[in-house]
Amino acid sequence: MSIQNPTKVLKEELREKLLRPDVISGSESLLRCLLLEGVECVFGYPGGAVLYIYDAMHGNPDFHHLLTRHEQGAIHAADGYARSTGKVGVCIATSGPGATNLVTGIATAYMDSVPLVVITGNVATAAIGTDAFQEADIVGITMPITKQSYLVRKAEDLPRIIHEAFHIANTGRKGPVLIDIPKDVSAQMAVFQAPGPVAIRGYNPTVEPNKLQVDKMLRAIEESERPVILAGGGVVYSDASEELIEFVNKTNIPITTTLLGLGGFPSGHPLWMGMPGMHGTYTANKAIQNADLLISIGARFDDRVTMKLDGFAPKAKIVHIDIDPAEIGKNVKTDIPVVGSVKEVLKQANPKAKRAQSDEWVEHIQQMKEAHPLRYKDSETALKPQYVVELINDTTKGEAIVTTDVGQHQMWVAQYYKFKNPRSWVTSGGLGTMGFGFPSAIGAQMGNPDKLVVSINGDGGMQMCSQELAICAINNIPVKIVVINNQVLGMVRQWQEIIYDNRYSHIDLAGSPDFVKLAEAYGVKGLRAANKAEAQAAWQEALNTPGPVLVEFVVEKYENVYPMVTQGNTIDEMIMGDSE
Amino acid sequence: MNMTKHTISVLVNNQPGVLQRVAGLFGRRGFNIDSITVGESEEQGLSRMVIVTTGDENTLEQVQKQLYKIIDVIKVVDLSSNPMVARELALIKVNAEPAMRPEILGVVDTFRAAVVDIGPHSLIVQAVGSSDKIDAITELLKPYGIRELTRTGVTAMIRGSQK
Ligand SMILES: Cc1ncc(C[n+]2csc(CCOP(=O)(O)OP(=O)(O)O)c2C)c(N)n1
Repeated sequence: MSIQNPTKVLKEELREKLLRPDVISGSESLLRCLLLEGVECVFGYPGGAVLYIYDAMHGNPDFHHLLTRHEQGAIHAADGYARSTGKVGVCIATSGPGATNLVTGIATAYMDSVPLVVITGNVATAAIGTDAFQEADIVGITMPITKQSYLVRKAEDLPRIIHEAFHIANTGRKGPVLIDIPKDVSAQMAVFQAPGPVAIRGYNPTVEPNKLQVDKMLRAIEESERPVILAGGGVVYSDASEELIEFVNKTNIPITTTLLGLGGFPSGHPLWMGMPGMHGTYTANKAIQNADLLISIGARFDDRVTMKLDGFAPKAKIVHIDIDPAEIGKNVKTDIPVVGSVKEVLKQANPKAKRAQSDEWVEHIQQMKEAHPLRYKDSETALKPQYVVELINDTTKGEAIVTTDVGQHQMWVAQYYKFKNPRSWVTSGGLGTMGFGFPSAIGAQMGNPDKLVVSINGDGGMQMCSQELAICAINNIPVKIVVINNQVLGMVRQWQEIIYDNRYSHIDLAGSPDFVKLAEAYGVKGLRAANKAEAQAAWQEALNTPGPVLVEFVVEKYENVYPMVTQGNTIDEMIMGDSE
Repeated sequence: MNMTKHTISVLVNNQPGVLQRVAGLFGRRGFNIDSITVGESEEQGLSRMVIVTTGDENTLEQVQKQLYKIIDVIKVVDLSSNPMVARELALIKVNAEPAMRPEILGVVDTFRAAVVDIGPHSLIVQAVGSSDKIDAITELLKPYGIRELTRTGVTAMIRGSQK
């Protein structure tokens, strides 16, 4: 497992320089504070209200900023950076339209508990509230989708606010924090004073669990005969993979990982059952429905996992481990709540954990896995999207960092890419944001310069942020960009086929660009494949080519994602489709 | 589901935007607000909100937990699960020609309310008490013609020395 240093160790010299009590502008103070927080790279886009900030960057050799081509690209990149490294992602935009262009990205990060510090400029303090040029109340607009936000009134408050923002973003249940800086504040001169320790009275996340609750859980495990673990993003976010593996090995409990939990547990482990829910595996869904004990570890019973709530895990006693007490009992009635960080809970549980009485159950699970694996009807003529994902999986041994956009391809990657490592999977789960896949890969690559980053997109979503090809080309960011081109908004087409009786309404993507030419127009190498032989060759060439490459796979248009559970059904009422 | 009224007190950092965050939370999560009052607390820099909401036990639990997630929220107490004092103030401008005044004053006296302004054709009555009491006096003044009514919403605290 390769987890990067959580905080970059600053060179002592630089640190001293940054801490000097000079009289500096708010902008310089901002940059110093970001460097002191260990920020390696900021993604952003300038404009009137942040001119002082961008001026302070000019000629500053220590500060690294990547200019994207759209603010949405910047924030998704910061998000990909954060998810793949565990560090706080940072982006900057100007006031008004710059700030509002960040809204989708903020909501994306909020829904998936991703730590971001989002910096926006605003009009000068005196002009706030006057509908000044490029004024938007971004603090107000983003209130429901930020963990906390600040409107900075004085330059001397910046060090404290920035330090608090990083702390809040990356502790407890993580999330985006917005800092709105009026233009005059970014120009104001003040003596720089390094921030002291964070002291926020109303903010004390419960990290250590209650021992009695952990013991209750362990007792329930010993008594259980058909236990199941449902592991989510909380495992990845608290860096608890190793603890989880130990827990599973000790207790002998079959485990399913949610969309955001993928990579949090090695897919090669014999007790892993794949993903649950709407497009989950037969085994995972059946196991949940028949379990006598369901232990949710850092997952939040999202409706795409539970589907019809009453009727979800009907026979199971529910244990819910979560850092956010508000998640407990929100959707599913919980018998044993355990509030705390997943890592701390498992650390406490592991030394005392005993085996469940699960031998028979495990055998039953193994039989289900064998009898009902994920499968698709392969074709010798048409290229199947699942085949493309398998090809990528085989050639990268499940070890690449993979980002996806939203739609059918996302589900196929979740199903057919066999993740081995935590933080190697970057996808928008909660908000399901199209346009996220490609720019998030740029951020992931910036945070992991030595790793292979593959970004898998639909032909629809690719067109929502394709302008960022420029960033890859000009900075030689070697992301391998995959476009699974089925010529339609595939996931919408699938719903219209299955639920709306083949009434295809506005899903045809005719008029899309030639993706190879599009890549080449930006100076990125482009390749196309329409059958298996071409796919293997093109993909190999992409892997062998240094620098960014876009590969377009022209695939079967009418392929569906199976299994599928439709709305209003319980998760064991699966449409198995072509696969069975 | 058992829908009941709950009175919650919320101690918050007196920061710009806190009221918006709290009110927004209720709106976004579909919790209803019957009334909300805000003012200074015993500690400088902290304000106390008293919110009356209607919902079942589950909703109440969610409301409290979601409130705690707001960084500037310091303490949340379900006052109504304790013996509490809850008071509201109302100002009622009621039509009152001189001939009707004795009758109106009779109502005012019965409720231990007060007349705080006298105009040529109207009176302003100030009533303090539980929401039920305010409802009752309002009902009784209606026949004279209420021109304007304003209520503060409930503020409350737990009885005795428990804080
Ligand atoms: C910003 C945004 N708009 C709309 C949607 C609704 N939506 C979900 S999947 C999908 C189709 C995606 O099509 P494509 O990118 O081609 O991927 P595919 O499903 O074909 O793999 C749409 C439109 C969304 N998730 N995000």
